Amino acid sequence: MAAALGLLSARRGRRTIIAEVAGQDQAGRVLGDGTSPERFSEHAIGDGLWGISIDPPHATREYLADQLPVRAMADLVASSDTFGYFAAAAPGLHELVTIGKIWELALERRRTSGADPYDTVIVDAPASGHAVAIMRTPQTFADIAMVGPIARQARHIQSSLSDAQHTGVVAVALPADMPVNETIALAGSVREAVGLRLDAVVANAVYPRRFAARQVPALRRVAGGDGPPLPRAAARAALSQHARADRHRVQLRRLREALEPRPVVLPFLFAPELGRPEIEHLADLLEGGL
Amino acid sequence: MNVADVLEGKRICICGGSGGVGKTTSSAAIAMGMAMRGLKVAVVTIDPARRLANSLGLEELGNEPALIEPALFAGEDVEMEGELWAMMLDPKRTFDDLIERLAPNPKSRDEVLDNRIYQELSSAVAGSQEFTAMAKLYELDREGDFDLIVLDTPPSRNALDFLDAPDRLTQFLEGRALQVFLRPAGFATRIMGRGTGVVFSVLKRVTGIDLLEDLSVFFRALSGMIDGFRERAAQVSALLADPATVFLLVTSPEREPVDEAIFFWRKLKAARMPFGGVVVNRVHHDYVGESDVEAVEGSLTDELGEDLARKVAQNFRDYHVLAMRDRANIERLARQLDQHQMILVPYLDDDVHDIGGLRRIHRYLFATDAEREEMLAEVVA
Repeated sequence: MAAALGLLSARRGRRTIIAEVAGQDQAGRVLGDGTSPERFSEHAIGDGLWGISIDPPHATREYLADQLPVRAMADLVASSDTFGYFAAAAPGLHELVTIGKIWELALERRRTSGADPYDTVIVDAPASGHAVAIMRTPQTFADIAMVGPIARQARHIQSSLSDAQHTGVVAVALPADMPVNETIALAGSVREAVGLRLDAVVANAVYPRRFAARQVPALRRVAGGDGPPLPRAAARAALSQHARADRHRVQLRRLREALEPRPVVLPFLFAPELGRPEIEHLADLLEGGL
Repeated sequence: MNVADVLEGKRICICGGSGGVGKTTSSAAIAMGMAMRGLKVAVVTIDPARRLANSLGLEELGNEPALIEPALFAGEDVEMEGELWAMMLDPKRTFDDLIERLAPNPKSRDEVLDNRIYQELSSAVAGSQEFTAMAKLYELDREGDFDLIVLDTPPSRNALDFLDAPDRLTQFLEGRALQVFLRPAGFATRIMGRGTGVVFSVLKRVTGIDLLEDLSVFFRALSGMIDGFRERAAQVSALLADPATVFLLVTSPEREPVDEAIFFWRKLKAARMPFGGVVVNRVHHDYVGESDVEAVEGSLTDELGEDLARKVAQNFRDYHVLAMRDRANIERLARQLDQHQMILVPYLDDDVHDIGGLRRIHRYLFATDAEREEMLAEVVA
C-alpha cells in the first residue's frame, strides 16, 4: 500500500519518498531493481520517487554527524564501545532515531547536507501496536529530557507529527476479523497518541463478488457430484471464492460502521507476485477512491 | 511431524514470524491443543493489539494468566483434558514487579519506581517490551505452575530484538556507559581516558546536562540491583537456549513472509537457539496437479451454462495461480532450511477468530503426516 501511495503521489508531480522502517526494503525491491545496496540511503526508484530503508544504527550515526561539527568526531563516538552500549540498550532510542529520520526527510530545509526536500514522505509503518509506540516516542523523550537539545528536537518532531496539515494517517486493513478489530482500535490509539484522526481507511485484498447466491446450488451440485475431478475442483474453488467474498463483505460493513472516513476498497489480486504492474494498478484504483 | 511431537517434553514454545501470518492464532491453537492433551498451558502475548483475547473470544486479558472458562470449549465441542490459561503482557507492571523483586531494600525500590525517567521509560517506550517479556517468561517458568508456556512474539524483527534483550541489558549495565554516569564527569574523564571523555561530552551535548544528571540519579538508584539484573539476564539467556525451550516459526506461503521466516531461522541458527519447525498457514493447495486447467470450461458448460462456466473457469485459473505461487514459496523455504520440518495448514474459507476456528486449525497442527494428507485431500479433491 505504501508503494501504491508513493506511486500515486509521484504521478501527481510531487517529489516523493517511501520510507520503510526496521531495515525493511519491500517497496524498494518491488518498485526498483531488486534490493539496492544503497537501501539505507535515499535512492531513486522511479520518476519523482525515492526510497529509503531506515536502519536505526545507520540513522543514529547520521544523527551524531548532524550534531557534531567534525565528522571524525562523530565516527569516533559512533564506533566507541561506550556509545555502542548506550545506543543498543537505551530503551526507545531506536524508535526515536527512526521517527527523527522520518521527520528530517519531511523538512523543507533538510539537515542532511546537500539533500533536496521532498513534497511527500510515505512511511510504511510497522504493525499497529508498534507503530503507535513509535508515534508516542517523541513526546516521551520530550517529557524525560524536559530541557536541552533532545527535548527541543523531540518537541519539534512531536508538533509536526500531531499537525493534521503536516501529517496524515492511512489505516490499512485486511478484511478479516482480527485486522478489522485492530484497525478500529488503531483509530482510537492514534488519536490518543498524537491527536490525529484517520485521513483514509483502505480495505485491502478484498475478494470481488464473482458469483451470485442463486448460482450456489448449481455449483454445489457439480462440486458434490460424481463427475470428473477437474470440473468438481473448479466448482469447489468457485464456492470457496463465494464464501470468502461474503465473509469480506461482513468485515467491510464493520469497517464502514466503525470508522470515518468510508473505506476505499482494493481488490485481492490473483497474481503470483506483486510487481510494479500490480502496484501501478492499485495506485490507479486508489486514485479513483481517495 | 506434528506439534505434539515437537513439543514433547518442552516447557517453553516461542512462536516467531512476520506480521499478518496468523502467528497469534497459531500460538493459541498450539496452546489449546496441548491443553486438550491434558497439560496445564499458558499462552502469553506481548502484542498490545488484543489479538489473543480476540482469538479466544474474550474482550480483555490481563498481566497475570487467567483460566479460560472450560464452558467455552465445551460449547465448541472441544474436549479439554487439561487447562488453558492466557495473558497479555503489561510491560510497565512487569517491570515494576521486577524492580520490587530485585531491590535490596524498600528505599532503593521507591527511588527507582518514583524516578521520572524510570516511569517514562518503563511505560511508554516500545523497546522496554522485549526485556519485560523475557522477565515474565522466566518468572512464569520458574514458578512452575504450568507444564508448558507458549509465547506469541511481536513481528519477527522486533522478536529478534527480544532475543537479544537479556544480553543487551547485561552489556548495558556492565558497560562503561553506566560507570560514566555513576561518576562525576571530571573524574570519569580521568579514570576512563580521553575517548570516554569525548563520548561523555558528546552525550552531554546531544542530551543536555540536566538529562545527564537525571540519568545519573536514575542509574545510581538502579545500581544496587545490577547484580540482580545481571543474574536475571543470564538466567533468561540460559532459558532461551535450554533443551526444554523450542522455537516455532510461523509464516504464510507468500514471498515476503517466507523471506522473513528464512531470515529469522538463520538468526536462530547463528544464536544456537533450539528450532522446532515451521508452520505454514493459509496454503492454497493445488487442486489439479498437472491437468489442463484451460480445458475445464468446456466440461462445465452443459451443467452450468456458458456464462457461469466461463466465470467458474476463470476463477479456477486464479486459484491455480495462488496454488502455484504457494508451492514455489514452500519449496524455496524447504530448500533453505536444514531440516524439512514443515506443517502446512490450508487456507480456510471461514475466518478464524474464535475457539471453533482454533479447533479447525488445531486439527491440522496436531495431525500425523498421514492424517494431514487425508484431510488435505478432503479440502482439495
